[in-house]
Amino acid sequence: MNVTLVLFLIVVGITLVITGWAARRANTTVQFWAAGRGIKGWQNGLAIAGDYMSAASFLGIAGLIAFNGYDGFMYSVGWLVAYLTVLFLIAEPMRNTGKYTMADVLAYRMRPVPVRSAAAVSTLAVSASYMMAQMIGAGSLIKILIPTLDTNLKSWFNWEVLGTKLDPSITLVGLLMMIYVIAGGMVATTWVQIVKAVMLMGGAILLSFLVLLHFGFNLGNFFSKIASVKDAKSGLNFMQPGIQYQYGKETVWGIDKALLENISLGMALILGTAGLPHILMRFFTVPNGRAARTSVAWAMGLIGSFYIMTTFLGFGAATLVGKAHICAVGSTCKTPNSNLAAPKLAEFLGNSFFGSGGGEFLLALIAAVAFATILAVVAGLTLAASSAFSHDFYVNVLRRSISHKEVSEREQVLVARITAAVVGLVAIWLASKAGATTNAAALVAGLAFVIAASANLPAILFTLFWKRFNTWGAVAGLLGGTVMSIWLYTIGPGFSLPVPTHPAFPLANVGIVSIPFGFACAIVFTWIGELVRADRLAELKFHEIDVRAQTGLGAEPAAAI
Amino acid sequence: MATEHVPGGTVPASAPPVVDAPQELAAWEGLEATQEFKDLVRARWKFVIPATVFFLVYYFLLPLLNGLATGFMRTNVIGDVNVAYLFALSQFLMAWLLAWFYIRRANTVFDALAGRVRERAGRRVQP
Repeated sequence: MNVTLVLFLIVVGITLVITGWAARRANTTVQFWAAGRGIKGWQNGLAIAGDYMSAASFLGIAGLIAFNGYDGFMYSVGWLVAYLTVLFLIAEPMRNTGKYTMADVLAYRMRPVPVRSAAAVSTLAVSASYMMAQMIGAGSLIKILIPTLDTNLKSWFNWEVLGTKLDPSITLVGLLMMIYVIAGGMVATTWVQIVKAVMLMGGAILLSFLVLLHFGFNLGNFFSKIASVKDAKSGLNFMQPGIQYQYGKETVWGIDKALLENISLGMALILGTAGLPHILMRFFTVPNGRAARTSVAWAMGLIGSFYIMTTFLGFGAATLVGKAHICAVGSTCKTPNSNLAAPKLAEFLGNSFFGSGGGEFLLALIAAVAFATILAVVAGLTLAASSAFSHDFYVNVLRRSISHKEVSEREQVLVARITAAVVGLVAIWLASKAGATTNAAALVAGLAFVIAASANLPAILFTLFWKRFNTWGAVAGLLGGTVMSIWLYTIGPGFSLPVPTHPAFPLANVGIVSIPFGFACAIVFTWIGELVRADRLAELKFHEIDVRAQTGLGAEPAAAI
Repeated sequence: MATEHVPGGTVPASAPPVVDAPQELAAWEGLEATQEFKDLVRARWKFVIPATVFFLVYYFLLPLLNGLATGFMRTNVIGDVNVAYLFALSQFLMAWLLAWFYIRRANTVFDALAGRVRERAGRRVQP
């Protein structure tokens, strides 16, 4: 039995033990969706970090820096600074006014049926694109890092559903995430995320330490080595901006295209984080607004330190391994794979410090960390998607508002579990179908963050802070932002591989158009709603949400355990 | 006044009974008009608005300068470390510092002001 498989089984074992322990505490809605609101601030900070730092952060950014140098670092900067938006405007008001989902906050002021339905649509769109990317990534990672596991799995899961052959690695990840969420709800998900955050930080610290040790802790030496690595095409050195974003080459609408792409990406990162349903949901797991604030502080400390370390990983891989040698084991290295920068670096460092067995062990360790990373993120996403459907749509729209029936706790949790199972199965099927032909990293940054920023953020911000905002504006913002993001993305270059030469929309990052569009929809339709006097209540209820959001008066209390 | 129970606008039926909050719209509106609440909101916005404007400007300066002043950003400062890299690193420092300032102020000033509003609300519901 090889060491990689052992480490994988340890990760799976730990997470299943957590789930078994949590399963006894997942029988009421407040336990299932919000872990009884009993998670401590620092624990939630770790869980946010675990929920947020996906394989795209760990392997993706290290790879971008290893291949493109400085420009890859732009993602890291945006993904941290984004938390200032969350801290200043979102975290505490959300905790003070919400219950389980983002739509709870909107439904305070607005008519619940249209607003909850629209919010369920945008939440499912964000979670689906995010989850697809994670699962496709998981599938290819397992295949590349531990080919033996994938072949072993084939003998267990070799199923064909509706004409699509299910990918064994994707199926494994999907089944595990379904077990965590269905059996353990938010309690299990939280602790899986905490364990993952600790593993990921540990892995990044270990690799960074070894990179610096290699350079004798001489940073000057390290940076001059990086500056000696040159990009073949542009001749720029790896410390310089412009390798990925080639400034001054093309113009769009009379403006430098690379600059527009970079700004558009920045807008999605900075504004999108505050609208990600699986992150927002985490704020309902703490006892009060103050703990929500503390959890953002912890998350920012961890996420920032991690992204600074991605420089050491990426630049380390660029200098010590080299782009030309970053590819799957056994392949001839004709097509380098940037996702393998961190694992390849681990192998190199292990070999150079601990001999040949060391390389194998460190590679296996990093593969296990990446696997844990994916599991924790997809569990959070499954929970967010299941809450949007079961809590917002089934319980509040179908049963309470349309059939005017009260729904028992038992039924609510049962529906949540069934929804999680359906979400998981659909995700496995879609990810297997899309397979490796989809540009997974672009799917996350290009679509999930953009929908979150264009649809969810205007709805949340205006509900909390704009007195005149009404149901018309909220529904138009949510649907307009979602539809515009998806439409621009599908007609743009971001969707397919290989990249088309003359797409109908010129930019891969669509946020620069779709985000202002989402906000504009929310504002214009609020005015129209006012003209037809559709929704006087939303304005009256603003006084209530204003006082609640700012003071925490009447906030949902922590459950007694 | 709008004190009647309006369908679709009230607290979800399954919510636990809220003891420390006035239930009527008029009471919320009254609370919003108190000096205590106005002080809280003013104190928060006085910090949050300038801080938000600052971090947005500071953040977007990075891609803007990378694109528009590429030569300047590629200038080496210490050894092979250039302006672009230092500016990117400074974003981390900026984010941490602003977060620290906010949390320090929130834990002391904003929480105390919010406490005074809650106290006021507690007195209001007592006849």
